[in-house]
Formats: sequence, structure tokens, C-alpha cells
Amino acid sequence: MLAAIGAESIDALFDDVPVGVRLGRALDLPPGKPEQEVYGYLRELAAMNVSAEDELSFVGAGMYDHYVPALIDSILARSEFLTPYTPYQPEASQGTLQVMFEYQTAISELTGLPVSNATLYEAPSAAASAGWLAHQQNRRGRFLVSRGLHPHSREALATTSAGWATAVEEIPLADGVTDPEALAAAVSDDVSAVFLQNPNFLGAVEDLEALVPVAKAAGALVVVQCDAIPLGILRPPGEFGVDIAVGEGQPLGNRLDFGGPSFGFFATRQDFIRRMPGRIAGQTTDVDGRRGFVLTLQTREQHIRREKATHNITTAQTLNALAAIVYLSWLGREGLVELGELLLQRTAYARDALTAIEGVEPLHSQPVVREFAVTLDADVDAVIERCAADGVNPGYPLVRDYPEFQNGLLVALTEQRGKADIDRLASTVQAAVREAVPA
Amino acid sequence: MNTDPTSSASTGPQPTETAQQRDRARTIFERSQPGRRAFVAPRLDVPTQDGLLPDRFRRTEPARLPEIAEPEIVRHYNRLSKRNFDLDTGFYPLGSCTMKHNPKLHERVAALPGNARLHPLQHPRRAQGALRLMWELQNALAEVAGLPHVSLQPSAGSQGELAGVLLTRAYHEDRGERRTKVLTPETAHGTNPATVTMGGFELVKLGTSDRGDVDVEDLKAKLDDDVACLMLTNPNTLGLFDPAIEEIAHIVHDAGATLYYDGANLNAVMGRTRPGDMGFDIVHFNLHKTFTQPHGGGGPGAGPIAVSDRIEPFIPRPQVVRRESGNGAGPEFDLDFDRPKSIGRLRGFQGNYGVFVRSYAYILSLGFDGLQEVSETAVLNANYLMARIAETAGEQLPAAYERACMHEFVLTGGPMKKTFGIRTLDLAKRLLDYGFHPPTIYFPLLVDEALLIEPTETETRETLDAFAEAIGEILAEAAEDPEAARNAPYTTPVRRLDEAAAAKRPVIRQAL
Repeated sequence: MLAAIGAESIDALFDDVPVGVRLGRALDLPPGKPEQEVYGYLRELAAMNVSAEDELSFVGAGMYDHYVPALIDSILARSEFLTPYTPYQPEASQGTLQVMFEYQTAISELTGLPVSNATLYEAPSAAASAGWLAHQQNRRGRFLVSRGLHPHSREALATTSAGWATAVEEIPLADGVTDPEALAAAVSDDVSAVFLQNPNFLGAVEDLEALVPVAKAAGALVVVQCDAIPLGILRPPGEFGVDIAVGEGQPLGNRLDFGGPSFGFFATRQDFIRRMPGRIAGQTTDVDGRRGFVLTLQTREQHIRREKATHNITTAQTLNALAAIVYLSWLGREGLVELGELLLQRTAYARDALTAIEGVEPLHSQPVVREFAVTLDADVDAVIERCAADGVNPGYPLVRDYPEFQNGLLVALTEQRGKADIDRLASTVQAAVREAVPA
Repeated sequence: MNTDPTSSASTGPQPTETAQQRDRARTIFERSQPGRRAFVAPRLDVPTQDGLLPDRFRRTEPARLPEIAEPEIVRHYNRLSKRNFDLDTGFYPLGSCTMKHNPKLHERVAALPGNARLHPLQHPRRAQGALRLMWELQNALAEVAGLPHVSLQPSAGSQGELAGVLLTRAYHEDRGERRTKVLTPETAHGTNPATVTMGGFELVKLGTSDRGDVDVEDLKAKLDDDVACLMLTNPNTLGLFDPAIEEIAHIVHDAGATLYYDGANLNAVMGRTRPGDMGFDIVHFNLHKTFTQPHGGGGPGAGPIAVSDRIEPFIPRPQVVRRESGNGAGPEFDLDFDRPKSIGRLRGFQGNYGVFVRSYAYILSLGFDGLQEVSETAVLNANYLMARIAETAGEQLPAAYERACMHEFVLTGGPMKKTFGIRTLDLAKRLLDYGFHPPTIYFPLLVDEALLIEPTETETRETLDAFAEAIGEILAEAAEDPEAARNAPYTTPVRRLDEAAAAKRPVIRQAL
């Protein structure tokens, strides 16, 4: 091969690398290992984790341990979906492009908004991207974020907008939901967008009917972060006049994976279609008149529009979107509703069971659909540790993000936790609270 | 996909749509029939309560999702999959995308329940394996980059870039400086300028020398006290290593600006040189490229960053750290949120852990020796393919720059277009009929009718030869019958698609 190139050595191919910056030594890493040793080591590391397979977990707070049906593994393992890249050559990528088109349709249906892109990275950066769209649209610099918005979304918006936002201000909660009076007092004509979450981080269903008009009165856009699973029974954001709906895609057929990769969905109004970030698949025909799909509206994107692009994102999370459309097809029209109703009932049962315990109080009185918050009359970390010893993970300690809820616990349900599991949770928490309460 | 170029002669009849082809273009929504289903709901095993959710919060009509049984879901998506070209089936020399083999071990280890079903908010004490893996990966990436600190958080290259620009802003502001401009060469990936805008900076474009390098005189002219950063890819998007990198770094640092390395092309230089040694302050990795992830039809990936000491206080949080325990129980790994100067988080949770597992499996498998061999072979393969295409395509498809390339190279289809009247697009479409994914086309922008070709290290000499010969055959065919390429492809599930119509009246969802 060197002879064909006309080079004397491999070294000669690197002649452009100046002597002063050549490494001149081997990388300080271990030597390569055979496959079975790599497997053995990584298996050992994985075994040091306590996963949802190993304990009875009620942790949610943005990602949920829903059952991932086996057909998703089977379809995602197909190399034709797993190993191509972005469908730059549509004639050879109809599979991926049609998946995107189907996914976009499903997200439009769930959110009640007419246009969806083919995914962003995950929910918080999707929320931050909605802020960028709002700023591009109305050139205002102030953001109002409900304290019920996921703390990661609030932080990602603040981080990402550091170069152009004038302020990211929080709207407090009242009895677990966004305080409408505080929102009304804060809104003014310099507000670019108002961010809400439904159900919010504390599991409470927000009264969007009341909140959205308050936000829109001063011309601000309204962004709502949603949990896709309860959208089977909850009135969709599009019906409340919400401008942009974003959300975490993980619950839709994706693994927990310690936080990623998943995807963020992003849906909006028809007239924002050319401002949307990310890839979009569109329908068209080929020269023979056959139906086909292409990446469309690419003049929004960085590889064409460069510094004037609507976003810097280059890819989607296509494989994760495939999991989502397969999952939603598997659940089907009735199944998503049944799942929502099941979670509604089991969540109510779990909330009742926990708050019946002495030393456990509801943190708010709002309707909940799959997750709820309680306050413990005991040190929350001690309770969690005590439960962990019994193989139960009772939930997420709110104090990490909400110092005002010092002993708050956020408890999430999925269809994988039945009545017997909830009863076990209640008895374990009861024992832990009793033990942890100072005598 | 049927990709036998002889199966459909260009002079033969136009392929007509068969019933099967019509069927394959139906969407999952069009296959829906009322009452069909796959999901069996778990039993409602708790006492039912009424009025849990007020009607005003309730959806009145179910979302119109498909109604379909499992056998038909499986068949639908398996059929769709066959309408894709993929890396596991054929050569995919898509320049700048590093479409190298994805070892199958990686899927197995990522799917271990201790990884796949680990909740991101699990208490660090009960996620020690995951945190240790991340910590070890941070260290390995730091060594490859030649920079001491790594944040794994960014979700992809574009988010890594945004992190880099935000770090630059935080660094200057911490020193009491308000700089407003970021420089990028005109050869840069489109993400660089888009990132500059999203970071709240003004973009200033740098010229390119006749040899394809940064125009150093232009750089000197444009560097002033307002410049916050120079974003550079080295080797650049022309596949060329800039031999003046030390001088460039010196000039940029003298002006008080930071130097950002777009790691898209890191596959060329591992174990040979390191961005940190070249003087870069911030690097992003594309784990999905250099450290091989299945590209998934466009995502997921991950875009960790490595930074120098002066940038470290500002990196995203949380950061994975190792704490020595006082009681001899060995080290404990933790998430450090207490970083007062941090720019904050860019995304949810700790990053794309599933991607980290795969890339760390890759690094463990290859080791120091293997990673260096990766880059050497990638560069060898690229130069070999460039030489072979020079033989088979002659003067019709010359290299844009007559010098040794790194892991990828750029050809110009200008002469081909003039001689045969076929464009780079036509050549690309005809390659599909030969069973090859085309290279990146019409990028970089400054090369006329550009083809950017990156073979990667995992291709054999026979594959490279076959690709070069296919290009020769397509050009020979074009000399006789340019229409053959202009109307290609013929063997794909659909032929050329009307992209203008798709954009003019966008149909981006199924009408239901």
C-alpha cells in the first residue's frame, strides 16, 4: 500500500505534524485486551451497580423504569437501523426517513401540536432549545420558569442562554403548583417565554387553562415540558394554546442507561415550522412518482445556513426515536390510555398508603397521575438508607434540588410496580420512619 | 437492499411500482385497524377510585396511535429496515463522519442490566461501577487529548462545541473581560459558526491558504482584544494537518484568546500528537466517531470535552470524582456538584452513559498500541484510496490539494463535470447502484463539486480497490452515456426524490 502511495513509511505520512508537537512516546494507557477480558471487566463494573433489576425502585424524577418490550430490542438490533448515519442519501435511507416521519406523527398526536421535529438530545436541552427559538422569534431576553419545571431543565436553560438572555427568573409554587398570581405579577412585555411542566416535578397536574392565558397576555411564548406517558389521558398542551411542547423521550421504550442516551421531543405551532431546531423528515415523490421521504427544510440547519441556522444541532437521536414509535405502536391507541388509567389508580393507592403512615404527610394536595411528593417527619437520607437495606428504593430526595423541602420524597410509579410492591414500599417506609424519628 | 448494478440496465425499461413496493411505503398508521393491539395491560390490582383527575384536565379523544398486533409491527419495521443502506452491509466512506466498524461486544456490555436498568438518580454509593467507568473513561480521554480535565456531559459534538464556547465566555468574564468575537476558518463544519451564534458571539471568518491551511496573515489581521476564541479542526475538513499549528497557538494565546479543537477529525492523530500538546485549551470528542458507536441512523452519540487547567474551574457540573476513603475501604466515586464557577449543566443527568460504556469497551480492547494503530491505518487507508482513485479516475477527479492527506481527503468533480457533464451528485447516486454509500458531497464549501472521502481503518485493501474501480467504471460509463449517472440510482427502493417539493409544501406527519 505504501508503494501505491509513493511513501517510504507510515511515519512519512505524518510529516506535516511538526516535530515540536509529536507525542514521541506511547499513550499512557494499558495495552489492548482480548474480548473476553473486556467483557469480564465491564461485567464486574456493571455488577457493582444497584439497578432497577436488583431492588424495588420508586425513583422517577424525569426517567422511569417502564417495561421495554422485547420486540424493541429485536428491531433496534437490526444493523440496517443500528449502523447507518443521518439519511443524507434518501434513496438508500427510506427506512430511517419513514421512521422519523412516523415518529413525528405520533408526537404531534400526543402533544396536540401540528409539527414535530425528529428529536433533540433529551428534555432539558430541548427546553433550552425552546428558549432559543423564543428569543429568535421575539428578540426578548427574559425567561420565567416555574419552580415546578425540572431542575435540570431550569439549569440547562440558564447555562445555554448565558450569552444572550437577560434573566432567567423563577415563579414560585403554591401548594405544589405554579402560583398564578406570582406569574401574573412577573409577566411583562420583555418576557420572551414562560416555562411550565405538566405534570410538574412534584407530580402535580398544573392548571394550564388558567396559566397559559396569563403568560400569553404580555406576548410571551409558552413552553410546556411534558411526560409522554400520562399524555395518554391528559389533555394535550396544544389544546391549551401552548406554543412549544418538549419532553423526555426515555419513558417511550428507551432504557434508563444511567441517564442516556434518550431523546427530547419538540413540537410546536405550524407557523414556527421554519424556526424549529433539528432534523425533520418530509414526504415527497421520486422521479417515477413513488412515495418517498427526505430530510426537509434543511435551509434551517447549520450545514447550510451556518451562523444563521436555527440551531447548531447536527443529528437527531434517531435510534431512540425508533424505540419510541415501536413502543407507541405496541401500546397502541387504547393501550396508552389503559396504561395512563392504571398509573393514575396505582399512584393514588400508593399516595394513600404512604400518607396513612404516621410521620408521612402529603407535600401538596394537587391531582397526581404517576408521581407524587410526600414530606417525612424524619431525615430523608436515613430513611432511604434504611429502605435500601431492605432492597427498596423509596424515591428521590427532593432536598438535592429543593432546599425548602428538607425531608421531601418524590415517589414514582410505573406499570412494573403492582399493589404488592406498593404495600411493601409502605411497610418498609413505615419501619424506616419509625426508626429514624428521634426518640 | 438489492444493490447489484447489473440488475437494472440504464437503457432498460423504467422500473414500475409493484404491489409490494406500494405496500412497503405505507406507514404504521396506514396499517392500523380498529381493535387490533399488541399490549396486554397489567391487571388493575388496587381499589378503583373515581374523580382522581378532574375532567378539565382530561383528554377527550385518545391520541390516534396505530392499532396493530405484534407480528405486523415486527414485519413493518423489518421491511422498513431493508430500505436502508448500512455500515454492517457495505462501505460507508462518509467524510468527517468516521464510519468505522462497531464491535458487537459493545452492544452486549451496554445491555447488561447493571447498565441498562440503572436509574440516573440512583445514589452514587449504589452506582459505583458506573461512576468508576466514567472516571476511568475521563482519564483515558484526558491522556488521548493531552489535557488534564474531562467532562463527559455533552450529548454530542454540537453540544460539546457549545460547552466550549460557554467555557470561553466564563473564562474571560472571570478575568473581567468581555470579548465578543470568535474566529473560525471558512473550511469549518457548519456547526462551528452556528455554535458561535448560539453562544452569543459574533462570527469572524478566517481565510484559507493555497495549501489548504489557516491563512496566518489573515489570522494576525483579525486577532484583536475582542476575540475570545479561535475554533479549529486539525486535521481540518480538507483532511490536512496544519503544519503551522504551533505558530497559530502562539499568536492566539498572545492575544489572550482561547484555542478550541473540534475533535471531529481526532481519528487521524491518536498516539501521534495531541491537541493539548498543540496548544489547544478545549477539545471536544465525538465518541460516536473516533471511539465507535453505532450511528443509529443519526444519533445517539456523545461529545465529551477535555480542557486545560485554566478552563477547569468552569466545566459543567456534576463532575465524576474519586474520593479516597479514610478507613482503608478503598476509593469511592461520587458526583461533585459543588463547583461554584461552573457554567452549569447543559443537559439532564450525567450524559449519555450508554455511549460511554461502548467507547470504554473500545478503549480497553485497543489499548495504547491499538489506538495508535487505528490512526496510522486510517491515514494509510486514506492515502492509499486517494492514490488508487488517482489511477482509476485520472484527471477527471483530482485531489483538491496535492499533498499527503490524513484520515480523509477531498476530490473535486469540477473536471468531470466539464468533460462528461455529470456532477458530483450524479457520481454519488451511481455509487449507490454499485453497493457503496457515497462520500460526503458538496462539503467543504470552498472546493468546487467536492467529495470528502473517509475510508477509516476498518476497511480492507480489497474494499478500497473495489471502490476506486467502481469510480473508474462510472466515469468510463459517463464518457459513453452521461445519462446513466444523471438518472441514477436504479437499484434503490426509490429513485431520485423531489426535495424541492418536500420543502415547498412540507408534509411532515401522516394525515389521520
